[in-house]
Amino acid sequence: MNPKLSNRIAITTLYVIASLIVLILAALLGYIIISGLPALSWHFLTSPARAFTSGGGIGIQLFNSFYLLILTMLISFPIALGAGIFLNEYAKQNWVTSLVRTSIEILSSLPSVVVGLFGFLIFVVRFNFGFSILSGAFALTFFNLPLLTRSIEEALAAVPDEQREGGLALGLSKWETVTHIIVPAALPTILTGVILSAGRIFGEAAALIFTAGQSAPALDFGDWNPFNISSPLNPMRPAETLAVHIWKINSEGIMPDAKAISSGASAVLVISVLAFNLLARFIGRRLFKRFTAG
Amino acid sequence: MNSKLQKQLLKRSKAAKIERLGKGVSFLALMLIVLTVFAIIIFVTSKGLSTFFSNHVNVIDFLTGKNWNPNVTNAKGQPEVGALPMITGSFVVTILSALLATPFAIGTAIFMTEISPQRGARILQPVTELLVGIPSVVYGFIGLTVVVPAVRAVFGGSGFGILSGTFVLFVMILPTVTSMSVDALHSVPRYYREAALALGATQWQTIYKVVLRAATPGMLTAIVFGMARAFGEALAVQMVIGNAALLPTSLVSPASTLTSVLTTGIGNTVMGSMQNNALWSLALVLLIMSLIFNLIIRLIGRRGAITK
Repeated sequence: MNPKLSNRIAITTLYVIASLIVLILAALLGYIIISGLPALSWHFLTSPARAFTSGGGIGIQLFNSFYLLILTMLISFPIALGAGIFLNEYAKQNWVTSLVRTSIEILSSLPSVVVGLFGFLIFVVRFNFGFSILSGAFALTFFNLPLLTRSIEEALAAVPDEQREGGLALGLSKWETVTHIIVPAALPTILTGVILSAGRIFGEAAALIFTAGQSAPALDFGDWNPFNISSPLNPMRPAETLAVHIWKINSEGIMPDAKAISSGASAVLVISVLAFNLLARFIGRRLFKRFTAG
Repeated sequence: MNSKLQKQLLKRSKAAKIERLGKGVSFLALMLIVLTVFAIIIFVTSKGLSTFFSNHVNVIDFLTGKNWNPNVTNAKGQPEVGALPMITGSFVVTILSALLATPFAIGTAIFMTEISPQRGARILQPVTELLVGIPSVVYGFIGLTVVVPAVRAVFGGSGFGILSGTFVLFVMILPTVTSMSVDALHSVPRYYREAALALGATQWQTIYKVVLRAATPGMLTAIVFGMARAFGEALAVQMVIGNAALLPTSLVSPASTLTSVLTTGIGNTVMGSMQNNALWSLALVLLIMSLIFNLIIRLIGRRGAITK
């Protein structure tokens, strides 16, 4: 076969493969949205789930997902920021740093079931938190930390060294340079990383089955005292999230309209993740423009 | 007077105190992550080993036994905890999905970097990012409602099984492998391509004989990474694989993986019981495999870094 012909065949094949991938995504998204849209309504998004009769909603699960997301971020962001700052600004090239990097890599590649089981063992059983939002938030923190730390570290590394030199030349200490100059300069990128990891947390289920639990007790949305058991803000109540709900009703198979509910819930999940993605792009670009006067 | 001035000058300044505090706190945050990793490894290992130490199950029997039935004791007076069906299931779906995903992922990556970088950046980059973003339960649900009936219609059987698991995992690891392959291809220096083209090679010859060879270590890392992801994926696989702890006899017979047995089992057993310990041993196998995948990635990385 002459080289020109094989060149043409190969390149055509590559075109076919690339379009297949686009087709797969289009089919997936199309299927999720089209099969899920009929189920979506205000009633569906706000009313509680029903286990044995049809017509339930996903209100509590949706609230749980957001609450868990916020709690997880509140716990994991300060830790990831500190770790990212130390890794990029202070860490020397020695065996301690390489040990740290290895551990972060290991944590990021651990199966989320294993992280969930560890959370179950430590928080649910040993610390006796029970199946609760708090246990779930800690498990998700472990799951979230490595990626968030890495994205913050990369964001800091992208800030040019002139900025650091400028800060030090003005007589600022290293820490002051970092907190007043480097972190603000890296903020657009950091925020993008945070929002993207929020999307990941929002859809995670395997780490939550044994930590935040698989039940969603009724909530009283008029009671905002975090110490009351039926209050939505109580962090010690079991909280099934949207992703766990989809898994559970499909594996139990007792809910008569499980398929319709899952279609609707999947559409809500995917639309939320899409929204997180778009938001990350938009905010990143907007902040970058504002900070650089571009 | 002099000594007062001396004291003031020798005292640590406010800025220096804040500096130390800031450095200390950020170091603590970092150590917290390291501590977590060690805690996970130690706790899961100690729980996982109790099957062998307190329930006296033979390790070899555990790894090679074909019957998984922790409630039943066998002729030797030991519980039947043969994990081979799950281990086989995990490896078969992982390898098959990696085999299926590799050509697609590498093809797409080549398209994105070599053939049409513009369309790559504008269309395929967001496509892969979105595919990564779709939650695994949604993949599982689509597997359940689309892939399983399709497999049932084409190959017969119940539709649940290794084949459905493979298809679902294929779509799930595809974006990961693709985006890492893109990075590998990007790291091949531009003058490699220019040199090949200057020698009269066609575009495909340049890609196949030069670029791909130079990027091989990076590609291998990408594939191993995808395999690690497939091996550890739980819910999506659990929803379509059929959950029968039997050695798979065909690609369309119900099977199970380490992760699927864990997700369905842990909630139904009592902490500290034999049945529960056996599940923790499965978690230990999972952990060890994850560490091995990590090790392989490091070895490849050390061998094959492009030296200029």
